[in-house]
Amino acid sequence: MDISKLARRSDNEWVIEPDSDPRAQGMRVPGVIYATEALVREMDEKVYEQVANVAKLPGIVAASYAMPDAHWGYGFPIGGVAAFDPDEGGVVSAGGVGFDISCGVRCLLTGLKSADVEARKTLLADALYARIPAGVGSTGAIRLSSTEMDSMLAGGARWAVDRGYGSEADLERTEERGCMRGARPEAVSEHAKKRQRDEMGTLGSGNHYLEVQRVAQVYDERIARAFGLAVDDVVVSIHCGSRGLGHQIGTEFLKSMAVEAKQHGIALPDRELACAPLNSATGQSYLGAMRAAINCALANRQILTHLTRGVFADILPAARLPLLYDVSHNTCKVEEHVVDGRARKLYVHRKGATRAFGPGHPDLPAALREVGQPVLIGGSMGTCSYVLVGVDAPVERAFASACHGAGRSMSRHEATRRWQGRQVVDELAGRGVLIRSPSMRGVAEEAPGAYKDVTAVVDAADAAGLARKVARLDPIICIKG
Amino acid sequence: MAPVGSQWEHFAHGADIGVRGIGRTPAQAFEQAALALTAVITDPATVAANTPVDIACEAPDLELLLADWLNALVYEMQVRKMLFGRFEVSIDGTRLAARAWGEPVDIARHRPAVEVKGATYTQLAVRQLDDGRWLAQCVVDV
Repeated sequence: MDISKLARRSDNEWVIEPDSDPRAQGMRVPGVIYATEALVREMDEKVYEQVANVAKLPGIVAASYAMPDAHWGYGFPIGGVAAFDPDEGGVVSAGGVGFDISCGVRCLLTGLKSADVEARKTLLADALYARIPAGVGSTGAIRLSSTEMDSMLAGGARWAVDRGYGSEADLERTEERGCMRGARPEAVSEHAKKRQRDEMGTLGSGNHYLEVQRVAQVYDERIARAFGLAVDDVVVSIHCGSRGLGHQIGTEFLKSMAVEAKQHGIALPDRELACAPLNSATGQSYLGAMRAAINCALANRQILTHLTRGVFADILPAARLPLLYDVSHNTCKVEEHVVDGRARKLYVHRKGATRAFGPGHPDLPAALREVGQPVLIGGSMGTCSYVLVGVDAPVERAFASACHGAGRSMSRHEATRRWQGRQVVDELAGRGVLIRSPSMRGVAEEAPGAYKDVTAVVDAADAAGLARKVARLDPIICIKG
Repeated sequence: MAPVGSQWEHFAHGADIGVRGIGRTPAQAFEQAALALTAVITDPATVAANTPVDIACEAPDLELLLADWLNALVYEMQVRKMLFGRFEVSIDGTRLAARAWGEPVDIARHRPAVEVKGATYTQLAVRQLDDGRWLAQCVVDV
């Protein structure tokens, strides 16, 4: 990105002023990018365009934000945050949430040290690979009847726990206590439900994974202790979303919102920005369906958690796997935020961005309220992941949001040209990281070198005051779809 | 073999991948775009065209019709756990009728690289090229 088009507000805060450039004509609010100079320079010009376009949507409040890992997305940048006020003609955007509704990360503690796992590592990797459905064409063990489908869509992780896939304690550690309110299963199409019928408890593919990781470094002892993390502890991270159901909802509403935009008097700078007024039938219908998809993602990660616990019970029976936390990074949620000294109920879109509530936030479970929300940042296969914590900022940044991951730096095609899957697997095995995947081409496409440096992204989020670094997690085993 | 003047290819897009079909008619371009979609997942040549599936869609314009067509294939692939290797498309105005032939996914043989979540409106275009052929393309989310 050409930084001469930006106004620098501080070391890690860059502003696109409305009307400062032909692409910025018609912006209702500024665009704000949180990143180091190096990261901003690496960003595609498309990010500039997309941040500016989001700022042109009706009812947007304060600013259109981009996180340090922002990259070219669909309408909204991936790593984009924007909030809308229904009383000012605000909108909800299917593209602003994304196709993989409520894609997210959860992290389970194990109570084990890396030495406990070392001797049984191969066994553990093979057992996880055998029991966690991953990749194209895989199905879960559960078949949902239409009544059960609706119960799942209304109940989320709560539904899963009620059916024996986990415990009450898991719900405490999940956003929305595991159940997104306002879900409307009847707003979810039969096509979307059909795509999900046999997909519960599946990982998916692409950048989704299940990793066994070790805590390699702790940056904040006090917070790490409160999170139950110490150097050399073993944890399990799961990255996946709402599977076929969410994808279908995204697809269908993208079309209806794009087709109807004119009727609502919304001029779309880009069709991908398809949106509907919050106070419209389509807007309300999307919110109901999208919330049902959030529940689907929460239930899915809960079932995967149960499967993971089963594998550990067989291979490493001493392990207990309590949930540290579960975050979703593709959502639109109603939240109260103070803007210009006034508390307002806003519809906050986070597309590839993680909610990051600071200490004292009433939505946090009692055990975490004093320290703040765990912010889980997934890395690329074979590199590392991070645990951050929401901060207590005098002025909230980006509606209390932080980055979500590394983001690709290279196309899939380029990655397969540079690397072979087998070579990636062997190289990582040499460094003690066991990869299990049904597809070597998939592994090559997801090679660590095809991603940006997650450390640079996390450091920028920390420096910009979006969230604070707590611990780094290095992979031991990675199950890839 | 591809009909004369038709071909498919991929184009790069940051996190995802673009599919592009070129043919002498919009229908041929749509068929080639569908092959490019399969190629995101596996080599289309490894997919046996055994079982036919009929698909119909309708959209306000040709571009939205392309997205609908590819999304219909994504849906059929997921619900039937199939891959498709051959396509016949006819387009009447903004209505599409098609038949796709394929077979169930065989993990060992197809080694599917990645699942496609949906066709997007990014780089979405259906237009006639200077040489008279038609291009149909968009980015798909994986």
